[in-house]
Amino acid sequence: MPATDSHRSRSVAEQRRFFAREVERLTDRLYGTALRLTRDPDEAQDVVAEAVAKAWSRLDELRDRAQFEGWLFRILNNTFISLLRRRRCRQDRETGLETEGEEQPVTGFSLFEQLHQPFLLWWGTPQDQVLDSLLLDDIERALDDLPEPYRLVVVLVEVQGYSYREVSEMLALPLGTIRSRLSRARSQLQAALWECAQDAGLVYGPCPTNHGGGE
Amino acid sequence: MSPRDIRCEEVIEQLFDYLDRELDEEMQHRIERHIEHCRDCFTRAEFEKRLRRRLGETSRVAAPESLHRRLREVMESF
Ligand SMILES: [Zn+2]
Repeated sequence: MPATDSHRSRSVAEQRRFFAREVERLTDRLYGTALRLTRDPDEAQDVVAEAVAKAWSRLDELRDRAQFEGWLFRILNNTFISLLRRRRCRQDRETGLETEGEEQPVTGFSLFEQLHQPFLLWWGTPQDQVLDSLLLDDIERALDDLPEPYRLVVVLVEVQGYSYREVSEMLALPLGTIRSRLSRARSQLQAALWECAQDAGLVYGPCPTNHGGGE
Repeated sequence: MSPRDIRCEEVIEQLFDYLDRELDEEMQHRIERHIEHCRDCFTRAEFEKRLRRRLGETSRVAAPESLHRRLREVMESF
């Protein structure tokens, strides 16, 4: 029997082999992404397992096998987003995905601007070195501590590389909301990393213990 | 077209849009050229890219063996 590239001609056994091989290849990345989305190892596993089961049941929607990876990650993200929505129905909607009233501009906090100051450079801590010295655990914590709607856009845009439009479609939110959340998220994240850098003694500012106390 | 046809402040203002490839082609190109020639903006752009790489590292973990097992079970049930 000649092998053609059409879906129908593929046997179920062959489809299954292809699917299993691809899932195996992507499992670490699926899990890592789910972990950043859920922040919980057990829940991350549930989301991955659910996404994989969904993907198999919809495999005939995939037109081109070369697109498998992007297709599967989209299912993973959508699985998580549905989970959030289900959960939110039960809770109050205060932190909901659809929360509005965040259109006013943010005064952005920039880690670079904090680090790139003459007195700091003078002490020999170039900003890149500070970034490299931050522990992965600290970066993880800063990311995980962001309010959920902010964390979600950062994970989708910065970690996974989706465009603003794609994220706006995934979350069913206006583009402007995605932009404003993203800039708030970055600002908060960079402020948290600045605190980490100070706590870890990576920078020596004029006021090293600025948080917690009064003026 | 000089790299100075756009000011540093404008570059910094749009830096994330630039890094996210959200600008139209012409603006994308203007900023790119500016960054190639402006040391300050180059340093800033490299910093933000580096930070992004570090954020990306947080999703690079090994899945636990229990997940591999579970997925094999899920797939066997297909
Ligand atoms: Zn410049």
